[in-house]
Amino acid sequence: MGGKDLRALAERFAQICGPHRVLTDRDRLATYRSDGLLHFQVMPGVAVLPETTAEVAAVVAACHDAGVPWVARGSGTGLSGGAVPVEDGVLIVLSRMRRILDVDTANLRVVVEPGVTNVQVSQAIGPGYYYPPDPSSQIVCSIGGNVAENSGGAHCFKYGFTTNYVMGLELVLPDGEVVTVGGKECDLPGYDLVGAFVGSEGTLGIATKIVLRLIPAPEHRETLVAYFNDMEHAGHAVSDVVASGILPGAIEMMDNLAIRATEEATHAGYPLDAGAALIIEVDGPVSECKATFDEVVEICKRNGCTGVRVAEDEHQRQLIWKARKAAFAAMGRISPNYYVQDSVIPRTGLAEVLNRIEQLSREHRLRVANVFHAGDGNLHPLVLYDHSVEGEAERAEKLAGEIVLACVHAGGSITGEHGVGLDKKAYMADMFAEEDLDCFQKLRCSFDPEQLVNPGKVMPTPRLCGEVPGPYRQHPLERAGVAERF
Amino acid sequence: MEILRVSTAQDAADALADAAQHGRPLRLRAGGTKSSWGNPVEDVWGVLDLSGLNGVIEHNEGDLTAIVRAGTRLVEAQEVFARAGQMLALDPYPGEGAAATIGGIVATGDSGPLRHRFAAARDLVLGIRFATTDGKVARSGSKVIKNVAGYDLGKLFTGSFGTLGAITEVILRLHPLPRARVTALGRDSDVGRIEAGARALLAKPLELEALDVAWRDGVGEVLARIAGAESEERTRRTVAALEEAGLDTVVAEGDDEAALWERQRASQRSDDGIVVRVSARPAEIGRVLAAARSARAAAVGRVAFGLVWLALPAMDTADAVAAIDHVRARLRPYACVVLDAPESVRAKVDVWHSEHAGAPALMRRVKERFDPRRVCNPGIFVGGI
Repeated sequence: MGGKDLRALAERFAQICGPHRVLTDRDRLATYRSDGLLHFQVMPGVAVLPETTAEVAAVVAACHDAGVPWVARGSGTGLSGGAVPVEDGVLIVLSRMRRILDVDTANLRVVVEPGVTNVQVSQAIGPGYYYPPDPSSQIVCSIGGNVAENSGGAHCFKYGFTTNYVMGLELVLPDGEVVTVGGKECDLPGYDLVGAFVGSEGTLGIATKIVLRLIPAPEHRETLVAYFNDMEHAGHAVSDVVASGILPGAIEMMDNLAIRATEEATHAGYPLDAGAALIIEVDGPVSECKATFDEVVEICKRNGCTGVRVAEDEHQRQLIWKARKAAFAAMGRISPNYYVQDSVIPRTGLAEVLNRIEQLSREHRLRVANVFHAGDGNLHPLVLYDHSVEGEAERAEKLAGEIVLACVHAGGSITGEHGVGLDKKAYMADMFAEEDLDCFQKLRCSFDPEQLVNPGKVMPTPRLCGEVPGPYRQHPLERAGVAERF
Repeated sequence: MEILRVSTAQDAADALADAAQHGRPLRLRAGGTKSSWGNPVEDVWGVLDLSGLNGVIEHNEGDLTAIVRAGTRLVEAQEVFARAGQMLALDPYPGEGAAATIGGIVATGDSGPLRHRFAAARDLVLGIRFATTDGKVARSGSKVIKNVAGYDLGKLFTGSFGTLGAITEVILRLHPLPRARVTALGRDSDVGRIEAGARALLAKPLELEALDVAWRDGVGEVLARIAGAESEERTRRTVAALEEAGLDTVVAEGDDEAALWERQRASQRSDDGIVVRVSARPAEIGRVLAAARSARAAAVGRVAFGLVWLALPAMDTADAVAAIDHVRARLRPYACVVLDAPESVRAKVDVWHSEHAGAPALMRRVKERFDPRRVCNPGIFVGGI
């Protein structure tokens, strides 16, 4: 793409959105070079900030006509490089589409634009209703980004993920066409394109309206933190809680290193010699909470916990959560740099995988702290390193990669909530076979045959879209392993 | 008509590839309990019988997950899970002889009363393995309950009526069986009071396991199922809410309780009549029940999702077509999909009510990518896909 073509496109955007919402100078574009994962940085050619569906559609159509690749971006809090721009491409920033269009509590639905933040949804629906997905960046992250990444949070073991709450979408497709899929109603005729779109990491188009499902807010909560000598005993306690039929609102685990780091940062009162801390919160009707909570305490004791602290009021509850929520940031207290992983394992494989992580940690001579969404098996190992020591950053990256593979070998996933983006795409081939990736590509090609949308993300190797329909014949380039088509 | 019985996923893939190569459209089938759903399939050369893909491959009790071959009957899988005190929280009516299979239920997106608490098939499917028309066996998802790697083809295939390939395995999230279940049942012949009772419970934080309505022979019901560690206090509150709405309320336990829900499930099907599934909204549940009353239909509904199944009595074809048109006109703008209906009726109405399918051109493009030679259930789906 030549600079002249890009200038022409920027002029077209200025006609669509007005010149003040088109950014071309490098100083202003620099803001958009990366998302929450700072080590991928690419300068876009032009950024545009549409405010309406019609503007988004016109911008996307202009890109399509010009054959210019583009990337959509919400608040830019993602942790997999999914919103990193394409060099000399277009960045479509949706943070100005922030209207809450319809709060329909009678039908337990809310309709929002993509730039609305996660917490604004909770504020709009009021205290009687609940929108459960709560990624830890919820104060700034946008619903559009949550839809793209299928965001989770601490409460998804009980309540599910973004995909379980999105009922309808207005989409701008890669050729600029505007369509509506799903709606306030369920089981509408046709393919579940809503389900296919949520979690597609910005590769299938832009959601410009989002219909979310609400539930009544839980009326009560009980929270405790229990301490154990090691992660294995804490893990058994989690398994026993789940096996007993109790579905806690949240179960979070931290190892000794994570406890020490967060204690230094928050002084929440966790004992520094605890091998593991388990935060368990049950929520729901008062009578049900009280009945299950006593049982949870009993199960912790039966599994050898060395102490239990029950939150007697909201202040104490916040203190318990403060340590967990500060865990990532607190790593700065004990290490100059750290690398966050987001692997998932079957919960019963916890002891085995933790042993493997410990072994890898020794081999690579780097410390690893473990923070764990224990209910759903989502492990966040934090690899600690010092960038100023030569070779440590590389060792940290290698160690993090080996942890991912250990989780995949245990039957798990390379990512539970952060997404594949740029960061994990090299590992896709470790989790999926070629024929699996082929089928992912079939979906992508049905939305975006020209592959202009968020190119270079998710899939491990570049792939083409072939013509359809027609009898399949292998191309000489395919036989040689140079390119693949579908 | 050729019957192709397969016993492995690769056999299914080979059969699909062969069909694609020779342009021989196949009807995909397992238990055969929902063969009367959808449009009649075009120019079928043979049947791909998937019922031989049978058995629970893995039941990971500690992880509350399972991998099940698609041809496994729902009731058989539930027996396996129940031995560990677990269940698949997916409870559509299992059909004649309880022959409905996991693969068929997922492929049609069928559901039952537990949807209220545990959501639908799409939400319980963690992953799928499927045979493609280019002769491969592919997978999407994994056996962990939290996973965002790759596209969620499990959701794309759920409810796709076998038009994209043959589902051969399903990876499922399981839940613990509750220790006890109690149901509060409110009755009244006034649709307004039924709606009021249902909506009052919908707004309350009682974590009901199911919340249904029913309309049969001039009498309406609200059924609220309480399950969990504590039921006495929640039952008291549930009964109070129904009584406050003016409903005559009783509490059922044990076999009587289970029978209430069996009846709800069975009412979603009809042997000789017509079943129309209405996709409405929670606050309009009364309007749908009123339409049922006026059409002399029986109805069961999931309040939180605004879904209602209307069962029209058996009648001749012209009357049936008129009755379907009447229901659709009365319930505008909601999609009214015809499920069970005699073939003569299905040939005369657009069973899918396709005007409600968003993005039909995009849906056709998806079909073209996965099944370019149109050999998987061609024509059965929305808009003749």
